[in-house]
Amino acid sequence: MSKVRVVLPFHLRNLAGVSADLEIEIAGAVTARAILDAIEARYPVLRGAIREHGTLQRRAFLRFFACEQDLSHDPPDAPLPEAVASGKEPFIILGAIAGGSTSK
Amino acid sequence: MSGVRVLVGTKKGAFILTADGKRDKWEVSGPFFAGWEIYHMKGSPVDPNRIYASQTSGWFGQIIQRSNDGGKSWEVPGGEPEKGPEGFPQGQSNKFAYDTEGPDGKPLTTHQWYDGTQHPWEFKRVWHLEPSLTERDHVYAGVEDAALFLSKDGGTSWKELAGLRGHGTGPKWQPGAGGMCLHSILLDPWNPKRIYIAISAAGAFRTDDGGKSWKPINQGLRSQYIPDPKAEIGHCVHHIAFHKSKPNTLFMQKHWDVMRSDNAGDLWTEVSGNLPTDFGFVIDVHAHEPETIYVVPIKSDSEHYVHEGKLRVYRSKTGGNEWEPLSKGLPQKDCYVDVLRDAMAVDSLEKCGIYFGTTGGQVYGSSDAGDTWAPIVRDLPAVLSVEVQTLK
Repeated sequence: MSKVRVVLPFHLRNLAGVSADLEIEIAGAVTARAILDAIEARYPVLRGAIREHGTLQRRAFLRFFACEQDLSHDPPDAPLPEAVASGKEPFIILGAIAGGSTSK
Repeated sequence: MSGVRVLVGTKKGAFILTADGKRDKWEVSGPFFAGWEIYHMKGSPVDPNRIYASQTSGWFGQIIQRSNDGGKSWEVPGGEPEKGPEGFPQGQSNKFAYDTEGPDGKPLTTHQWYDGTQHPWEFKRVWHLEPSLTERDHVYAGVEDAALFLSKDGGTSWKELAGLRGHGTGPKWQPGAGGMCLHSILLDPWNPKRIYIAISAAGAFRTDDGGKSWKPINQGLRSQYIPDPKAEIGHCVHHIAFHKSKPNTLFMQKHWDVMRSDNAGDLWTEVSGNLPTDFGFVIDVHAHEPETIYVVPIKSDSEHYVHEGKLRVYRSKTGGNEWEPLSKGLPQKDCYVDVLRDAMAVDSLEKCGIYFGTTGGQVYGSSDAGDTWAPIVRDLPAVLSVEVQTLK
């Protein structure tokens, strides 16, 4: 059983009624699909808000990040980095935004 | 003690404005669902404490919210965590799945796109929620891309009334500038099988069998911007309204033109009369006078703000054609706001109250049928919708 940390964007935290990062337990391989399945089971209010109903495709303006990598276009059943599976690094769900940089 | 509760949907959250029957002192609560677009909120006529809200976002999609205490607290229907080893059937209150097969077995797959090609139907958001007149847990949803859905479990799950898209003209419907939205739903209080709806830009439709089959009701409409100005469908209807005592008399604010029908939409005649411009979005009817109607003329479809920098509601006491401007208490200089299609409502207190919200974030109210106005609140986000509940 892996304990995975998940960071939700502001509006989804409000919708789920949580104030901090989620801690999700995953049995088996830690993949984006497994994390999202677990989140939606615990917080049904988020169904359809991260992935489309039916197709389970990522909503167009959301992105998945971990370990400074954009994982949005990776296959949903691809194993996530070990640092995510071990809980060292969070799996980040965030709304797509344009422009900006922290390094000048 | 009587009172009113005004439900305001804005670009960045919902607000509830309450007052007693005098309607001179207001309490503002909110924002609810801060940061989200609230396209519409409406209370159940059966149980005024039951309010439905459409919460939407380009990022996160559609959420349906429901209150059972007059808007003090809210819940997503069916949004509770699963319990027990088996769990229980979860609601999917934001799942609006189109029927892909019409009532006659023909596929319902595409509508007309802006460039004239066919385009798949794609759910985008709920524009309008219309609670049943008789059942607390029944509520209709008008959505973009245009379709009508019904929930019989308080918004927990939704089923399309596919006869509307399936009656034959669906592939010819096309989006207006604001998208292809089903924005108006009128439930006939005297005939539970009769419903009117309107779509931008397809036109108005009526069912007389509870939603199984539908008829376009657009005869008499003239729209210069479509290839056939007298077409059966394709008209950009902005809003329709009726008085509950006379549901066969319909009033319409079309893209351009204010119209009326006295035969349940079978034939429309223009009643724009002496309006300074007949482009606009809202239209509503006095609570006690079925021939007294209200519009807010907007300068043009290229300039979505009021005419001459003056915010004026126009009232006709003759069911159209003869209009008088109502401006006392409204800005008459340097005002360039719009009033969107679902952003006007009337209460049913003895002296009819009227309310409307602007894209500038003001909500104005009149407690004397429009003779005088006062701002209830001035600095909200852009107002998308206004509904009012009369509490007795």
